[in-house]
Amino acid sequence: MNNIYMPERGEILSIVQESSIEWLFKVKTTIKPLAGQFIQLSIPMVGEAPISVADCNHEEGWIEFLIRKVGKVTDAVFNLKPGDSIFLRGAYGNSFPMDTYKGKRVIVVAGGSGTAPVRPLIKQLIDDKKTDIELIFGFKDQDSILFKKEIDTWRKKAPMILTVDKGCGIDGECVGLVTEYIPHLRLNEGFDNLEVVIVGPPMMMKYSALEFLKLGIPEEKIWVSFERNMSCAVGKCGHCKIDETYVCLEGPIFNYVKAKKLLD
Amino acid sequence: MKKLLTNDEFNSVLLNLSKEYDIYAPVTLPFKGTFSDTDLVKYEKITTLEEINLKDKSYYSAKEILLPIRQTIFYFNENEFKKPEGRTKKALVILRSCDLHAIEKVDNIYLNNKFSDEYYADAKKMVKFAVMGCPGKGWESCFCASMGTNKTDNYNLGLTFKDGEVYTDVKDEELLNFFDAGKNEEFEMEFVTENVEKVTVPENIVLEDIINGEMWRDYDRCIKCGRCNFVCPTCTCFTSQDIFNRDNSKTGERRRVWASCHVDGFTTMAGGHEFRQKSGDRMRFKVMHKISDYKKRFGTHMCIGCGRCDDACPEYISYINCINKLSKKLGDKDE
Repeated sequence: MNNIYMPERGEILSIVQESSIEWLFKVKTTIKPLAGQFIQLSIPMVGEAPISVADCNHEEGWIEFLIRKVGKVTDAVFNLKPGDSIFLRGAYGNSFPMDTYKGKRVIVVAGGSGTAPVRPLIKQLIDDKKTDIELIFGFKDQDSILFKKEIDTWRKKAPMILTVDKGCGIDGECVGLVTEYIPHLRLNEGFDNLEVVIVGPPMMMKYSALEFLKLGIPEEKIWVSFERNMSCAVGKCGHCKIDETYVCLEGPIFNYVKAKKLLD
Repeated sequence: MKKLLTNDEFNSVLLNLSKEYDIYAPVTLPFKGTFSDTDLVKYEKITTLEEINLKDKSYYSAKEILLPIRQTIFYFNENEFKKPEGRTKKALVILRSCDLHAIEKVDNIYLNNKFSDEYYADAKKMVKFAVMGCPGKGWESCFCASMGTNKTDNYNLGLTFKDGEVYTDVKDEELLNFFDAGKNEEFEMEFVTENVEKVTVPENIVLEDIINGEMWRDYDRCIKCGRCNFVCPTCTCFTSQDIFNRDNSKTGERRRVWASCHVDGFTTMAGGHEFRQKSGDRMRFKVMHKISDYKKRFGTHMCIGCGRCDDACPEYISYINCINKLSKKLGDKDE
């Protein structure tokens, strides 16, 4: 029997600062996650934390994690350097339903560190020439903008609105919340061929979804990603349970039809 | 095979059994109760019939035999992780019908909830269950009849204790080897058929209908101690902890420790965000898990009606009243 709690060793390949508070850790591993899944990252003597996959390459054998110093494990990660060992368990959770998105028009709305879990999704959707993709990214301020180089690359391939909450004097960019820019999207072509992915802070996801609903987009076309205290990640410890749903097992990606019923 | 043994003959059986099995049963631990001069009844190893407390309800359940309060998941040093050796000796647990039903509920989470937990699975393989009936209508806060857990035939050994005699129903072939004493005797296992407390569990609760109910505010007086969770035979949540050795900080262990959805920190995420901050909302979450959520997932209610949560609450919060209140409220709505 496979021991579901036993982590495996990975090696830190690089650590790159992405924003004023977030760093991107690249880890060599044999684990092959799908877009939207998460990994239990652990440091013996400190503990475990669920971190979403910010990118991965199955052939080259690595995963990237966007990490902010906000807890016991994430604090300790910052004591490590390239070449050091870190331990991984997973990949866990469901993933973005790529088959549903393929060949359609996909709007991705991401806020703050929510851009990390959608990054592998965006890369795959842009690579798939048949899928038409449109992006809205929202960040707190200019220093919080993540994946700047990639955003520039994506901008050449897909229509994009990049907005910051506060005026910060970036030329040509928008100021305000992502919700304000949702009505600016091309939404007059009918909704049959459309899917909307929203990932970010809970309030941002809620109000963005409401904005799309207001514009007449059916609930089943909207997808969100939940963040919880996923402690065991295998449906035993109960920390992430909402109603009969274990976010670690059935999530973190939920269709809005289900997500709107996950009340806490 | 059904047999009648004298107490002495049964004690000989226990003595022989204890060479191969750790035998657990509710026992009285003098002066170990919550308050001064009170006793505690809990599951401990026994070797004779006289040690078993047959007349009181145990404060804690038998779940800790399969799911210890603290359990080492692995030991680590700089180079490797090592899983500890699990239970090496077989165990026989003498328990009540409701508590045996509770084990089946825990099985669903630890064995059937997508992943199987090998620590629990390994322990379960080593354990057999002996069921004993309860006196009269059970105890003050019992409502097993309402939950349908008052009877069971899913035991390895059935026991009915009478004055100086023990009626035994040995279903397990391996246990039969220990029962050469006594005489064949037909009897029916005696189970509780009615309790003093009656609980009406509302069916098919829609969370949206009750989540903002004013009734949950009555439970904001809960002090978030988690006793109700820790005495519950079906509560299964845990938190992981890493411990390192003081004299060699490069070695240590990862443990899981019982957790409670009532205690602060249960839903706290990195950065400090917390769901269900008010006690009343935690009460709602627990109650829904016991009588609604679990059933949606596994087809049976999680609560087994032992009433230990009512017995343990220092604020005298009654889960029984809560369910009945909810039932009345939802019933009123339909009228």
